[in-house]
Amino acid sequence: MTPHMLTRSLDRGATLFLAIVAACGILIPLSNLLLPTDSSLQVPTYLVALWGKYVCYAILALSIDLIWGYCGILSLGHGAFFALGGYAMGMYLMRQIGTRGVYGNPILPDFMVFLNWQKLPWYWYGFDMFWFAALMVVVVPGLLAFCFGWLAFRSRVTGVYLSIITQAMTYALLLGFFRNDFGFGGNNGLTDFKDILGFNVQAEGTRAALFALSCLALIVGFVICRAIVSSKLGKILIAIRDAESRTRFLGYRVESYKLFVFTVSACMAGVAGALYVPQVGIINPSEFAPGNSIEAVIWVAVGGRGTLVGAALGAVVVNYAKTVFTSGVLAPYWLFMLGALFILVTLLLPRGLVGTFNAWWEPRKARRADDNAASAAREDGISAPKMAE
Amino acid sequence: MNVMDTRATSAMLYLDGVHVSFDGFRAINNLSLALEPGEMRAIIGPNGAGKTTMMDIITGKTRPDEGVVLFDGVADLTRLDETRIAELGIGRKFQKPTVFESQTVQDNLLLALNVAHSVRGTLFWRGNRAEAERIDKVLETIRLTHARNRLAGSLSHGQKQWLEIGMLLAQDPKLLLVDEPVAGMTDVETHQTAELLKEINRDHTVMVVEHDMTFVRELGVKVTCLHDGTVLAEGTIDQVSANERVIEVYLGR
Repeated sequence: MTPHMLTRSLDRGATLFLAIVAACGILIPLSNLLLPTDSSLQVPTYLVALWGKYVCYAILALSIDLIWGYCGILSLGHGAFFALGGYAMGMYLMRQIGTRGVYGNPILPDFMVFLNWQKLPWYWYGFDMFWFAALMVVVVPGLLAFCFGWLAFRSRVTGVYLSIITQAMTYALLLGFFRNDFGFGGNNGLTDFKDILGFNVQAEGTRAALFALSCLALIVGFVICRAIVSSKLGKILIAIRDAESRTRFLGYRVESYKLFVFTVSACMAGVAGALYVPQVGIINPSEFAPGNSIEAVIWVAVGGRGTLVGAALGAVVVNYAKTVFTSGVLAPYWLFMLGALFILVTLLLPRGLVGTFNAWWEPRKARRADDNAASAAREDGISAPKMAE
Repeated sequence: MNVMDTRATSAMLYLDGVHVSFDGFRAINNLSLALEPGEMRAIIGPNGAGKTTMMDIITGKTRPDEGVVLFDGVADLTRLDETRIAELGIGRKFQKPTVFESQTVQDNLLLALNVAHSVRGTLFWRGNRAEAERIDKVLETIRLTHARNRLAGSLSHGQKQWLEIGMLLAQDPKLLLVDEPVAGMTDVETHQTAELLKEINRDHTVMVVEHDMTFVRELGVKVTCLHDGTVLAEGTIDQVSANERVIEVYLGR
C-alpha cells in the first residue's frame, strides 16, 4: 500500500471509526487487567471474551460488505470461509495440547486416538507450527474462494444463482466436516484447547491480548477495505454492481475484478474465524450452517451495506441484541425477532443504520465541499478534478 | 478470409453473410455491410429489423450462427468477448442511457478512459494531469462541466444521453456504435447531438441507429435501411426514402 492510498482512503468517518476501535482495543484489555475486580470501571473477563467475539463477527461483516455492498456479489456462504479459518487455527491449538490430552498421545489429537487412527493424516502436517497455521488461515479460504470464484464468475453466474451455489458450498462443507473420517473431529469439532503460542488460552492476559489483536485485525481489515473501495478499482466495483454489462463494454474484465475482491474477502473472513476460535474455545461443523452465513448478511443489511462502518456496527448491534434476548425469557423467540428485524430494516431503513445517516448527512457535507472547492479554484485559477474523493 | 495476418478488407467494419436465429426466429438473415474508415453511417429500419442485434454481434454480446465479422480488416469479432472487443477499440452507446448512476459525472468519464484496465493498475491508480485534462475536455464537449460533481443518476434524460456519448469520447474508440442517441430529446437537443456526432466523426468511424428521420437527414450521411435482419436499401437519405420497399415497410405512405 502506498501513502497516497492511505490518505485517500481515510476520510473523517473512517478515521473516527478507527479511533473508536483502537480506543476499545487498548482501554478494555487495560481495564480488565489493571483495575481491581470490585471497580465499577473494570471490564470482567467474560465480557472481554464476548466482545472479542463481536469484533470477529465485525470483521466477517466487513468482508461481506466488501463484496456485497460494493460489488453486488451476495454470498450466502461466507460463514464457510470464516469456519475454514477457524479450523486452521483449531488444528494448531489441537497440536499444542500434546500429551495433556485425555489419551496423552504426543502427536495425535484425542479424537484420532479414539477412532483408532495410527498416524496423523497428511493434511495435519505443519499445523504444530504457528506460522504455518497462520498462513493456512488466509491461504485455505483464499484458495477455495479463488477456485470457486474462477469457475462461477467466468461462467457469468450472478445474482440469486450465485447466492444459491454459495449456500450449496457451505452446506457441502458442513456435511463433510460432520463426518468422522474427514479428519476434523466430526460432530464434536475441535476443542479442549490449552495453549496458544505458549500462553494458556483461558488466562485473563491471553483473553485480553486476543481481544486487542481482534481489534487490530478489524483496523487492518477496515483500512484494506477502505483502500480498495476508495481506489479506482473501487469505482469499477461499484460500476460492476450497478451495470455489469456496461462495464464490460468499457473494456473491463469483470470476472477478474470479482475474483480479486471475492478472494480478498474470503481471506478476511478466514482471519476473523481464526481469531474467533481461541476466544470461544471450540470450532465445530455448525459454523458451516447456512443459517450462520445468512445471519451475517443480515448484520450487514441492518448496519448499512456499502458503508463498511455500518457492516461492523451492524454485526455488533445485532449480536449484542442476540446476547441480551437469548439469555432471558425471550430466548425461544430470538429467530422471530431476527426475522422481524430484517423485514423492518428492509422496509423502513433500506440503507441500514449508517446508510440512512449518510443519506441525511452527505448532502450537507457535499455542499460545504463544493463551497471549498469553488473558493480553492478561484485562488489557483484551475479546476483540477478532485480524484481523491 | 482465412489469412488473418494480412488485411482482408480495407473496411473498418466488415460484415458478410451473417446469420443469427433465436429459437428459430431469424433475427439476422444474410446481413452484409461495410463501413469505411472515417465514415459515419446511419442505420434505420422498423422495430425488429435487427438493428440492436447487429450491434450485439459487433460488440461480442451475441455470437452469430454463421458469417464473417471483421474489425479493422484483421480482428475476427465472432471469436472475441465484449472486453476484448472494447479493448480493440469499439465503443457502444446503448439505446436506453446506461451510465453509472451512483457515481459522479466525472467518475463516469474516468471509468470510460482508455487507460490501463488491469486489476493491479486500477488498485494502485493515482490521478494524473493528462487524464484530468482529457476529462475536462470531454466535459466541455458534452456541456456538463458545471455538473461534474453531480451524481449521474440525478441528470436529466438528455444529459444522461450526452454523458454516455462523453463516455464514448473518453474511451476514444476507433469505431463508435451509437444506438438511438436522440430518443426522448427535445428538438434543440437533437440538433446539438447531430452537431456533436459530426464533430466526433472527424476522427472516428461512427455507426448511428436512429428512428428520427429529421435527425438522420441532418447528419447528411450514407443511410442503410434494415428489414427482417437484412439490408433493404443503401444510399443517400433521398435515395433511401424514395425506395418503394423502404416506404412500404418503414416510412409508410
